[in-house]
Amino acid sequence: MKFLKKIWHWVDDRSGLTEIFLPLIKHPVPPGSKWSYVFGSATLFCFILQVITGVALALLYQPSSSGAYQSLEFITNKAAFGNVLRGIHYFGASGMIIMVGVHMIRVYITAAYKYPREMGWISGVILLFLTIAMGFTGQLLRWDSNGVWSSVVAAEQLGRVPVIGRPLARLLLGGDTIGGHSLSRFFAYHVFIIPAFIFLVVGYHLMLVIRNGISEPPKAGRLVDPKTYRQWYKDMLKKVGVPFWPYAAWRDIIFGTATIAVIILLAVFAGPPKLTQAPDPSMVYSQPKPDWYMLSIFSLFALMPARIESYMIVIGPLLTIFLLLALPFASNKGERSPLRRPWAVFGSVCVVVFVLSLFLAGERSAWSPSFNAKPLTAAQINSADTTVISGAALFYKKGCLYCHKINGQGGLKGPDLSHVALRLSAGQMTTRIINGGDQMPAYGGIMSNGDMHKILAFLDSRR
Amino acid sequence: MNEPEKNESRRSFLVKLSTSLAALSAVVASVPVLSSFFAPLLEKTPQVWRNVGELSKFKVGDTTLVQFQNADPEAWAGVTAHTAAWLRRDSEKSFTAFSANCTHLGCPVRWEKDAELFMCPCHGGVYYKDGSVAAGPPPKSLVRYKVRINKNQVEIQTSPVPITSISA
Repeated sequence: MKFLKKIWHWVDDRSGLTEIFLPLIKHPVPPGSKWSYVFGSATLFCFILQVITGVALALLYQPSSSGAYQSLEFITNKAAFGNVLRGIHYFGASGMIIMVGVHMIRVYITAAYKYPREMGWISGVILLFLTIAMGFTGQLLRWDSNGVWSSVVAAEQLGRVPVIGRPLARLLLGGDTIGGHSLSRFFAYHVFIIPAFIFLVVGYHLMLVIRNGISEPPKAGRLVDPKTYRQWYKDMLKKVGVPFWPYAAWRDIIFGTATIAVIILLAVFAGPPKLTQAPDPSMVYSQPKPDWYMLSIFSLFALMPARIESYMIVIGPLLTIFLLLALPFASNKGERSPLRRPWAVFGSVCVVVFVLSLFLAGERSAWSPSFNAKPLTAAQINSADTTVISGAALFYKKGCLYCHKINGQGGLKGPDLSHVALRLSAGQMTTRIINGGDQMPAYGGIMSNGDMHKILAFLDSRR
Repeated sequence: MNEPEKNESRRSFLVKLSTSLAALSAVVASVPVLSSFFAPLLEKTPQVWRNVGELSKFKVGDTTLVQFQNADPEAWAGVTAHTAAWLRRDSEKSFTAFSANCTHLGCPVRWEKDAELFMCPCHGGVYYKDGSVAAGPPPKSLVRYKVRINKNQVEIQTSPVPITSISA
C-alpha cells in the first residue's frame, strides 16, 4: 500500500495532475446553479459520445464515392452491433443539436451573455454553426440517394451567393458534378476539419467558463454593472461559492448520463434512419428529404414566396449569424432576470414555435406532389355515370390527384376537392383548370376538350 | 551608439528575420495544402459527347430518361459518375434534352407522361413539356443539354450540374 502511494506521489509530482486539474474541478461556483445549468455539459457529453462512436464507425466505413454506400449496408446489416452504432451516432447528433439549442435558449433567457461573458456567447454561436455543419455533412456521409441529393441541394443554395456562387457550388461538389471527389471532401470536412475547429472552440469556451466563472442565477432587480461586476462576483464567490466538484457537477453527471441512456435506448429500439437507394444521380425516382434537424429549413424553402427566395437563401443565414454575434454588443449590462425581460422570453418562444411549426409542416410536406397516390376506387368515385368514371380515371392520370384529395385519397398541396361542386360552379372550375395559378399548372394547353369535359363531369359530381 | 542599444537593434533584426523565415515556410507549405482544397476550381473539365442510344430507340413525341457517364469519371466514382437527362424526340431530326435537376434546389424532376408535366418531389416545382415553369417555387425553366444525332446514334453533351444563380 505504502509502495503504491509512493508511486502515485511520484507520478502526481512529476506530471502535475493534481496541481493542474484540482483547481479546475474544485473551482468555486455560485450557489443555486441548479438544473437549468446542465445543458452545456450535456452537449459536451453528446460531443464526446459522437467522437467515440464516430471513430468506431470510421473503422468500418469506406470513405469513397463508390464504396461508401456498400460499407453503410455492411455496417447496417452485417457488422456486429453496427446498426446500434449507427443509431447511437445518429441520435447522438440529434441529442447534441437539441442540447445546443436548449443551452443557447437558457443562456439567452437568463442573459448570461452579458458582461463579462460576451466571448462565451460568441464562441457558443460559432459552436452552434459548427454543430449544424457536422449534422449536415454527417447526413451526406450516409451516401445513399438522400445524401447525393442533399449535397446537390446544398450546392444549389451556395450557388445563390452573388458573383462567387458557382465556384462555391463547384467547390462543395468537388467538381462539375457529383463524382469521385465529392464524398472524399465531405468525409474530410466531417471527420477532420470541422471537428478540429470544434475541439479548439470547445476548449476555448470551457476556458472562458473557468476564467469568468459561470453566471450566477439571475435575480430581478440585481443589475449587471461592468464597472463593479467582476469585483462583486469575486466577493460573492468568496462568501457563498461552492466547489464545482461535487456540489454542482453531480447534476451534470446525472443529466448527461440520462441523455446518453436515452440516446442508446433510441438507437436500440428505434434504430438509425433506413438507407434509401444507391447514390446514383441518374436514378431520378427518389424523394429526397433531410434528417429531422434540417427539416425546418427544408420547409422554409418550400413555403417562402418564390420572388424573395433566392435572396433569402443568401441574406437569411448571414443575417442570422450577424444578429446572434451582435447580441452581446447590443446589450451587455443591466437586467438579467427573465421576469424583467418579457420580450426576450416572448422572442424565444416565438423562435421555438416558428422552428417547431416549420418542422411539423416539413413532416407533412404538403407542398410535395403525392406520387404514391393510387387511382380512385369505385367506392371513392361513387357514381354509375360512365363520363364521371372516366373523368375520375383522368383525374388520376393527369396528375390532379397528386395534389388534390378526393374522399381521403390524394395529395395535400391543393384544396380537398371531395365536395368541390358545392362551392364552385362548372364555369368557375373550368377557368381554374385552364388558367392554373401560382401553385397549379395551367391545363389549358395540355388537356383536350374531351378530357376536360370528363374531368368537369367528375368534379361536378363531387357534392 | 552604446553597447546595449546596438545589441537591441541586432536582436530585433534577428527576431524579425526568424519570424519572417517561419512565415515564409508556412506560406510555401500552404501552397499544396490550399491547392488540394481549391482543386475543383483549379482544373477545368472538358465536356464530351456521350452516346445515349440508337436513333430508332426513340419514338417521335416520347420523353424518356437517358442515363450516361459524366465527362471525367474517376475510377473510384462508382455509380456517382452517372447523370440523367430527359430526352424527347420532337421530330424525325430533332431532340430536346432537359437536365433532370429542378432549377429550384436541384432535386430530380420526373416526367409524368399522361399529365405531360415534369414534377419535382422536394418542394413541388412543376414544369410544362417545354421545360417552362408551370407551378411552384422554381425561378426559371429546366436547363437544356446539347443533343445531336451522329450516324444514327443520339448523343448528349455532358454538362456541369446546373446551378441557379441569384439573378435567375
